[in-house]
Amino acid sequence: MSWVGEIFKATLAAVAVFTFLAVVAAMLGVYLERKISGWIQSRLGPKHVGPQGIMQTMADTVKLLQKENIVPANADAITFTVAPLLAAVAGLLAWIIIPFGPLFGRIIVVRDINIGLLFFIAMASLIVIAILLGGWSSNNKYALLGGFRSASQMISYEIPLALAVLVPVMLAGTLSTVGIVEAQRGGWLGIGNWFIFGLPGNRWLLIPGVLAFLVFLTAATAEVNRVPFDLPEAESELVAGYFSEYTGMRFALFQLGEYAEAFAMAALTTVLFLGGWHGPLLPGVVWFFIKLFALVFVLMWVRWTYPRLRLDQLLHLSWKGLVPLGFLLVLVTGWLLV
Amino acid sequence: MGELAAFTILAAVTLLPAVVVVTSRNLVRAAMSLIPSFLGVTGLFVLLQAEFVAGIQILIYAGAIAVLILFVIMLTQGGTGTAVRQTNEQRVVGALAAAALTTALLALLLRTAWPLAAGALPRANVAAVGSAFLTTFVLAFEISSVVLLVSLVGALVIARREQ
Amino acid sequence: MTVGLNHYLAVSALLFGLGLYGILTRRNAVAILMGIELMLNAANINLVAFNRYVAPVALAGHVFALVIITLAACEAAVGLALVMAVYRNLETVHVDEINLLKW
Repeated sequence: MSWVGEIFKATLAAVAVFTFLAVVAAMLGVYLERKISGWIQSRLGPKHVGPQGIMQTMADTVKLLQKENIVPANADAITFTVAPLLAAVAGLLAWIIIPFGPLFGRIIVVRDINIGLLFFIAMASLIVIAILLGGWSSNNKYALLGGFRSASQMISYEIPLALAVLVPVMLAGTLSTVGIVEAQRGGWLGIGNWFIFGLPGNRWLLIPGVLAFLVFLTAATAEVNRVPFDLPEAESELVAGYFSEYTGMRFALFQLGEYAEAFAMAALTTVLFLGGWHGPLLPGVVWFFIKLFALVFVLMWVRWTYPRLRLDQLLHLSWKGLVPLGFLLVLVTGWLLV
Repeated sequence: MGELAAFTILAAVTLLPAVVVVTSRNLVRAAMSLIPSFLGVTGLFVLLQAEFVAGIQILIYAGAIAVLILFVIMLTQGGTGTAVRQTNEQRVVGALAAAALTTALLALLLRTAWPLAAGALPRANVAAVGSAFLTTFVLAFEISSVVLLVSLVGALVIARREQ
Repeated sequence: MTVGLNHYLAVSALLFGLGLYGILTRRNAVAILMGIELMLNAANINLVAFNRYVAPVALAGHVFALVIITLAACEAAVGLALVMAVYRNLETVHVDEINLLKW
């Protein structure tokens, strides 16, 4: 009965990933978000619950768990309930292919599948459906507008995201995340072979490497609906966008999905361009988390640096800027590799 | 045993939402049910060791086509369409025709002795699919890229509001 | 009992029948498109299943399933653009009310 064992293992892995996400992505993510926002605005941020306010998110979660789950009177109840679950599950599934680094002689990854990156992008595209359905089923015009904005934005930015992913895929010759990180092993201080610096034998690839990194980071920021691309949930225009009507744990599930996705994008950037767990001196897993949190910090830094784009500017940036640039990068990379 | 269990679950996940897709009076629910159906087909592809097709299936069908359909439903006639009749007069005839065709297909497909081959698929077949596309099937590849371009321009021209 | 080619063919035939029923009975053009998508999926299951059980080395089934997915995307884009154009001009998306050749 090996398949029963497999299902058992898969369930355990799902529980582990979920716990990890709930703790690291949602709890720490919200805490860091508030703390860093505070520092940037010359305030202290959360301070009272626990040392340096570190338990603040815990207290918020307890508060959210006690809240009533309200379904608006004219909302489509089934869709309204399913949408946050879909968002959280898709955000969770994206983590399956992220390798954290070697620990006790084996690489920590839930499943190293041979279509890993394709799977990741597919899961990112499933979140669109959750947001669209959540926005529509709330029966609220702000929520609906947020859902529509989000759908057009995320579909537009999926294309540059996929094109930017193609550059490291072409350099490594595989879609498996572990394979891509292994291809970046070695070099000067364990840094020299990162794909952002091109290949050791061909330093001209540095140009498409850096550009693809920037395109990926921009598209990823838009894909997870963060400032300056946060039109779907623009507080000053749409209340809270697609989750205006959500309360209690369903609201928390949407937040969890969003933070899980944002952290997953940062983790994937690390894997694709910054050498995954490779680095000098420190153990691999530590390096992975250093790079991950550095990128998360960049995401939060950008949030308080740039103003929000208008919808037309947003779509222009994708279709007239990033998509042509992405195609050009794929072409140039192929040309340099041959 | 495990394969059969997985197959049964995936077949149910594919077919039951498909029933909702074709019968629901609420159009948004119908379009929403497309998504589990597509995901069930994806699972079947994985069982058939077609991982690359499975990934593209989620990306294109569930991630793009379903969203597009939901978008158009929400933009036209303002919502679910529960207020208007959703089926035409040929419901009975249509059901009979569909049932007849399904029976004929089932009889034809299940009674034919297919020349089964024992060989296994290449282990990691993403690269193999890629090279098949650019060698043996390069004509199909090029033609589908032309079709993509034409439909891109066509869709833009048709959907654009006239000045 | 192991899963064989016939299991997949049966699922595919049922899915095709459901899609056909949707196409024949729906009034809404978008709903008809949904039926077409189901039928294309049924065809894809068949192609991939035949590839696995009848000609495992060739990968022709995978290639043609991918081509069909591409064409389905084109068909959905053009079809839905047509639906939007018709809705803008005639203010209906019901195919039995779209009976003008020229507007």
